[in-house]
Amino acid sequence: MSRMTMIEAIRSAMDVAMGRDDDVVVFGEDVGFFGGVFRCTHGLQQKYGVSRCFDAPISEAGIVGTAIGMASYGLKPCIEIQFADYMYPAYDQIVSEAARLRYRSAGDFTCPLVIRMPTGGGIFGGQTHSQSPEALFTHVSGLKTIVPSNPYDAKGLLIAAIEDPDPVIFLEPKRLYNGPFDGHHERPVTAWSKHELAEVPEGHYTVPLGKAVTRREGSAVTILAYGTMVHVALAAAEDTGIDAEVIDLRTLVPLDLEAIVASVQKTGRCIVLHEATLTSGFGGELTALVQEHCFYHLEAPVMRVTGWDTPYPHAQEWDYFPGPARLGQALRDIMEAR
Amino acid sequence: MSSDKSGQAPAATQPLQFHVPKPASRPGEKPDFSHVVIPKAGSVARPPVDVDPKDIRDLAYSIIRVLDREGEAVGPWVPDLSHDDLIRGLRHMMTLRTFDGRMQMAQRQGKTSFYMQHTGEEAVSCAFRIALQPGDMNFPTYRQAGLLIAHDYPLVDMMCQIYSNERDPMKGRQLPVMYSSKEHGFFSISGNLATQYVQAVGWAMASAIKNDTRIAAAWIGDGSTAESDFHAALVFASTYKAPVVLNVVNNQWAISTFQGIARGGSGTFAARGLGFGIPALRVDGNDYLAVYAVAQWAIERARRNLGPTLVEYVTYRAGAHSTSDDPSAYRPKHESDDWPLGDPLIRLKQHLIAVGAWSEERHKQAEAEILATVIAAQKEAESFGTLHSGGKPSARDIFEDVYAELPPHLRRQRQQIGV
Repeated sequence: MSRMTMIEAIRSAMDVAMGRDDDVVVFGEDVGFFGGVFRCTHGLQQKYGVSRCFDAPISEAGIVGTAIGMASYGLKPCIEIQFADYMYPAYDQIVSEAARLRYRSAGDFTCPLVIRMPTGGGIFGGQTHSQSPEALFTHVSGLKTIVPSNPYDAKGLLIAAIEDPDPVIFLEPKRLYNGPFDGHHERPVTAWSKHELAEVPEGHYTVPLGKAVTRREGSAVTILAYGTMVHVALAAAEDTGIDAEVIDLRTLVPLDLEAIVASVQKTGRCIVLHEATLTSGFGGELTALVQEHCFYHLEAPVMRVTGWDTPYPHAQEWDYFPGPARLGQALRDIMEAR
Repeated sequence: MSSDKSGQAPAATQPLQFHVPKPASRPGEKPDFSHVVIPKAGSVARPPVDVDPKDIRDLAYSIIRVLDREGEAVGPWVPDLSHDDLIRGLRHMMTLRTFDGRMQMAQRQGKTSFYMQHTGEEAVSCAFRIALQPGDMNFPTYRQAGLLIAHDYPLVDMMCQIYSNERDPMKGRQLPVMYSSKEHGFFSISGNLATQYVQAVGWAMASAIKNDTRIAAAWIGDGSTAESDFHAALVFASTYKAPVVLNVVNNQWAISTFQGIARGGSGTFAARGLGFGIPALRVDGNDYLAVYAVAQWAIERARRNLGPTLVEYVTYRAGAHSTSDDPSAYRPKHESDDWPLGDPLIRLKQHLIAVGAWSEERHKQAEAEILATVIAAQKEAESFGTLHSGGKPSARDIFEDVYAELPPHLRRQRQQIGV
């Protein structure tokens, strides 16, 4: 066991997977010699050679397209898109190809592929380095979508994703890379070294896909969150003193509906929290599921706290970001709702 | 009067003109292929496979041809194929054309929704397949069924796929002709254009990463070379020297759009490879011997770790794009009669007769045999159902193979449909 940042945990996951299986290859823009702009692949080329970890041309469609070809050959590529915001040129390859290959060939060809990409804002990245496009993946049948919230989960989920026989989108909340950011941007930054979920085993372990986890037990209201927003939810519960139950979804597809239903049936109230834009966001799906499965247990309408339906602004980042103040207000509102 | 700082009046400028390329002829006009410059058969040199790409840039602008107008095989590209090999090749092409005819008719009879013929392009896929080795992988488009037929993939299975019946290997999920067979080196056809091109490069990169000996073949049409996937494929193939043959089938027409719209000012599609340092060859796509010879050259380069080769097959789509298309709306009705590279079947037949290995009688006999074989396969396939009657895939198959394991949300949805 050692304390790792999210970056170190992600790197350790790839290191472990590459060490155990020669078919795992890692590539992307700046990923090889330099080790990635966020350093997630640092040292892998040195350890495993240029055939297994290498730099790619600036062509997201090319990176994903070649990775699909490699996966159909029998390799297990774990590729990096430098920012989730750069994913769109590859979207056709992801949606029409990676996600459909098993289905359209009736299992003749498969696509065991992991596409890692840093997601979310809070780093003054402006509208091209801050987006949270998870709903563009959860809407696509054939993909699995993961958003970890801490180093322990990040490593275990990434190893599970690499070992999974199907394509997995692995969204890394970049604001969490170096610390458990709870949205209180005015306070000093906390480091992972002080957090118990930064205790990460050195070797192999997995966190199963499709399983949510309760980060805070509570009886008053359920907050459904993932990634950075898990920490925002915990902060808002603390700030308001409202006894919220915080569910960290971890995997969006397949979704742990049982955990959601059990919690909301217990608390009778539900807030869905995400950084992505509101309209047609994954929160819409969560809200619909809660309504379908928990309607007669609900004491108030399900609320959504999300980013605004605008591009991600630069200077006004903290007006956009759904931080603890906005969530705190929503918590107070939902507790008063009849 | 305005003037610039030097005190001189600005040069008079013409208004800008927007340029949209036009084909040589449209419906009602006389077909014109004078722009297709055809060198004499046998006139293009055959370089060694380890040639420096910059020494053969002229091959991207010429056309490698073996069969001359009299049906004789001439020049340095004459491949090492026996008469029996060539007769087998002729039979593959005849089978493909007969298969096309029957399936086109079956679509017209309402037995399936859609079909795409290969008429005029049979040599490209049939001859290429013969040059590959077991284990090599094609990433085809929808007009390379010759890759399956020349590899003895069962006609019945192809037809069951076209009919989406209970024996459809794709379980009714794919549009007709979107075959897949890993065993036969035939990657699942997407139906989206150009996506498979860069995947072929990735497959080839994987083969090199694993120090394998197998190579990949990418396939694309002239129109789809405009897609960014094509350019990404060339970058990756060039950068990593991937063991892949990058095939461009230039059949002159992308549905109704003539090839000049995708080609722009580059002269030829083969020339696209030159900027990437990829050796680029143009070949007479209606000449079975030339296609085989060039394929063999490119495949050997890939196999010997010399990297990718771009091959443009100059051919002509004699039929409609698909059963949903009517070419008389956009090109002269009898344009195909004027296509200067002729019909690949007739040319190979003429060659075999010229060398004394074939005759009109044997050809007629072969035609009858092949028709009987195809009809028998069709009867068998139809016994498993057609799109609108008889056996069909189960509604359960909708939910299988989305993932390796059925996730809970799909299990709930399958329960709703009651299967």
